[in-house]
Amino acid sequence: MTGATNSMAEYRINPDAGLEFGMYTLGDHLPNPSTGERITAGERIREFVEYAKAAEQAGFDFFSLGESHQEYFASQAHAVILGAIAQATEKIKIGSTSTILSTSDPVRVYENFATIDLLSRGRAEIVAGRASRVGLFELLGYDLRDYEELFEEKFDLLRKINRERVVNWTGQFRPALRNAEVLPRPQDGSMPIWRAVGGTPASAIKAGMAGAPMVMAHLGGPVSSFTHTIDAYRDAAQRSGFDPATLPVATAGFLYVAETSQQAMQEFYPHVNEGMIRTNGRGMPKQLFAQSTDPRSIMNIGSPQQIIDKILYQHEQFGHQRFIGQIDFGGVPFEKVMKNIEIIGTKILPDVKKYTAQNGSKQA
Amino acid sequence: MKIVGLSGSNVGATTRTAMDYAMRAIQEFDPEIETRLIDLADYDLKFSDGRDYVEYEGDTKEVTEALMEADAIIIGTPIFQASIPGSLKNVFDLLPVNAFRDKVVSILVTAGSAKHYLVAEQQLRPILTYMKAQVVQSFVFIEAKDIHRGQIVSDDVSLRIERLVEDTVVLTQTYSQMRSARETAYAF
Repeated sequence: MTGATNSMAEYRINPDAGLEFGMYTLGDHLPNPSTGERITAGERIREFVEYAKAAEQAGFDFFSLGESHQEYFASQAHAVILGAIAQATEKIKIGSTSTILSTSDPVRVYENFATIDLLSRGRAEIVAGRASRVGLFELLGYDLRDYEELFEEKFDLLRKINRERVVNWTGQFRPALRNAEVLPRPQDGSMPIWRAVGGTPASAIKAGMAGAPMVMAHLGGPVSSFTHTIDAYRDAAQRSGFDPATLPVATAGFLYVAETSQQAMQEFYPHVNEGMIRTNGRGMPKQLFAQSTDPRSIMNIGSPQQIIDKILYQHEQFGHQRFIGQIDFGGVPFEKVMKNIEIIGTKILPDVKKYTAQNGSKQA
Repeated sequence: MKIVGLSGSNVGATTRTAMDYAMRAIQEFDPEIETRLIDLADYDLKFSDGRDYVEYEGDTKEVTEALMEADAIIIGTPIFQASIPGSLKNVFDLLPVNAFRDKVVSILVTAGSAKHYLVAEQQLRPILTYMKAQVVQSFVFIEAKDIHRGQIVSDDVSLRIERLVEDTVVLTQTYSQMRSARETAYAF
């Protein structure tokens, strides 16, 4: 990246400023495995707001919350909670990870998030996803057979609404729009809309073909596997006539820091394992988790120095613009999450910024 | 230890006969073992539509959860059209990719003809391996002539089933001890 123009300004990202660092929560509402107890949904929802405030104070760039409509989740109305977060914060960017666009009306989604953008004075972003848990299709009256097409059509429409003030559109899953003005407009006239991608190249290629910025979620595995996904994304974008240097990439996965790697694994493992058993029906094998502190593994778990090294290595490999970490999964106690945010702010963020700023992105 | 027997066909009685024998053999081998026989003929399973198994309801949820909670699974399958029945393949399709991680799975095949001998080896075992099962090396192959009016009439077959049961139990115990030793070493 050279010169005065910022190629990613459309997405409110300045690659020269270094890797953006964020925190996300799926909005899960799970018992703490060590006590078996679960806080109330109200307490949990207010925790999200507190996390965002703490993340802002610690110097994080971004905070986001996911939408989920099943047992053990409290963020069904994620846009409402993000509205509260907009009010409670001043400078941190806020978004959804993810908004399940397939089962929502893009017009209503846009109205909600444009409103959050105005409330927050231009800090809102949408990350649109297809849902990894599909129970909501039945709940909200959609046919799972339309899984792919529902998303593709609605994602196109959402981006069209973002680009065009007056929209003319026809499609399969929503009544046509004729000279429709979708209001309110975001503060800058448009806002960042990302596509959520699982770790596989197939989904990343779709994002690249659409020229949409990508948030790539990763559970575990080697960094090198995800490099292929990111390369496939940029190749697809290039082939489809988009300049990859204008398209930010964010990665999203587990993050947990403690004094030592051993302590980090001891504290975090039961939450990850039991949380996954409850929400996905199968846990995290200890053998896989044991590799999470290795620099080659993409899971960002360990001591502050290990996490700095891992994130810098990932940045070197991916040339990405934002990393967002999931700290609070599976009933991690509030104080532990706050402690993580504090350590990240004091010990990790300064180094991450220092070593990633002005190096530019991979294709600069 | 929980062992689930899965009789993989919606029709016919031969596989069920062999599975009944296997389940009794487990009880005789070790009455402490918790067993359950799931005969797909008794359940109304949905076809896999891609959702996570925890999101199904009714029989589909019951059968997939029972399999996921098992320490070991003995699969009994007939051979239809030179392959496993669609009903059994559907059970695999309903489960997640690593569903059999940390589980021992053993195979018992009933077939109308000895020409089907390699079907389990070439078609069933690769699926189980892909799903991360520890597959018991030997399987029991039973021909139509070995069963008469709901009884196994071949001593070779009944003795083989008893050996399969013993292998399944011993391997399950062994893998469980290995895993617990390894996990203790991780100290988290």
